[in-house]
Amino acid sequence: MFDLSGRKALVTGASGGIGEEIARILHAQGAIVGLHGTRVEKLETLANELGERVHIFPANLSDRAEVKALGEKAEADLGGVDILVNNAGITKDGLFVRMSDDDWDAVLEVNLTAVFRLTRELTHPMMRRRYGRIINITSIVGVTGNPGQANYCASKAGMIGFTKSLAQEIATRNVTVNCVAPGFIESAMTGKLNDKQKDAIMGAIPMKRMGTGAEVASAVAYLASSEAAYMTGQTLHVNGGMAMI
Amino acid sequence: MSDVAERVKKIVIDHLGVDAEKVSEGASFIDDLGADSLDTVELVMAFEEEFGVEIPDDAADSILTVGDAVKFIEKAQA
Repeated sequence: MFDLSGRKALVTGASGGIGEEIARILHAQGAIVGLHGTRVEKLETLANELGERVHIFPANLSDRAEVKALGEKAEADLGGVDILVNNAGITKDGLFVRMSDDDWDAVLEVNLTAVFRLTRELTHPMMRRRYGRIINITSIVGVTGNPGQANYCASKAGMIGFTKSLAQEIATRNVTVNCVAPGFIESAMTGKLNDKQKDAIMGAIPMKRMGTGAEVASAVAYLASSEAAYMTGQTLHVNGGMAMI
Repeated sequence: MSDVAERVKKIVIDHLGVDAEKVSEGASFIDDLGADSLDTVELVMAFEEEFGVEIPDDAADSILTVGDAVKFIEKAQA
């Protein structure tokens, strides 16, 4: 099950916690994996650990020209991207009334616009080959909202709408487009929370613990597989029961 | 048949997987060759790439047959 031998995958944000686990599991299932990130050293460490079948693609997703170049380079170097995992994301939290234009723009640019642009680069070749898996890592807060994250929640909700539209347009080409929505996962992003915030979150999670990157990555491995051929336009929620949608 | 027409025909055959004899000048992509709306967009993109021309959306909407495509490209290249 979920064998990815010979498939070529590009994972954005592979220098971060969840992205790293996604890269690991796709690689373990046999895929040739392209690691995108901004921290080259972290990418190199991960690439060394994984060994063969790994490529590194550093790029700044805030820079539109770099996003385009990333798509072109990944398509060329990997010999066609079959699996695209749009995982990279940033936060610039703050209460809405004091949220600056810059904080809004920066989050939307990386979390949503870069997804649109990179996906556009890679979708057409997938359509031509009549096979593709596009997996967008959204967030539970894109569905529920979260105080202090108007920009982040808007970007993640936007990703879900983007996924549903694209899924409908290209379903006949055997290119599926789905989301995975993590809840609270142990990562640098949730590491910024203080203990009081963490306690409040635990109270809302039936499992009474944070999830792991590997638990999110498992859902990605399923959606990336040929077994998931009939799943498209969906959002898989991996959140310990925190929200049941 | 002109060089442009030959190349257009080849793209249409490759992309839609249809028999060469079906791809006449008057053949409609959708009605005669079984293309869907996504195919027509892909064909336009393939023509742009092959001939290095830009086909704006309103012009693309009026390219319904193989002959329409050939005429547009020949005019754009002239």
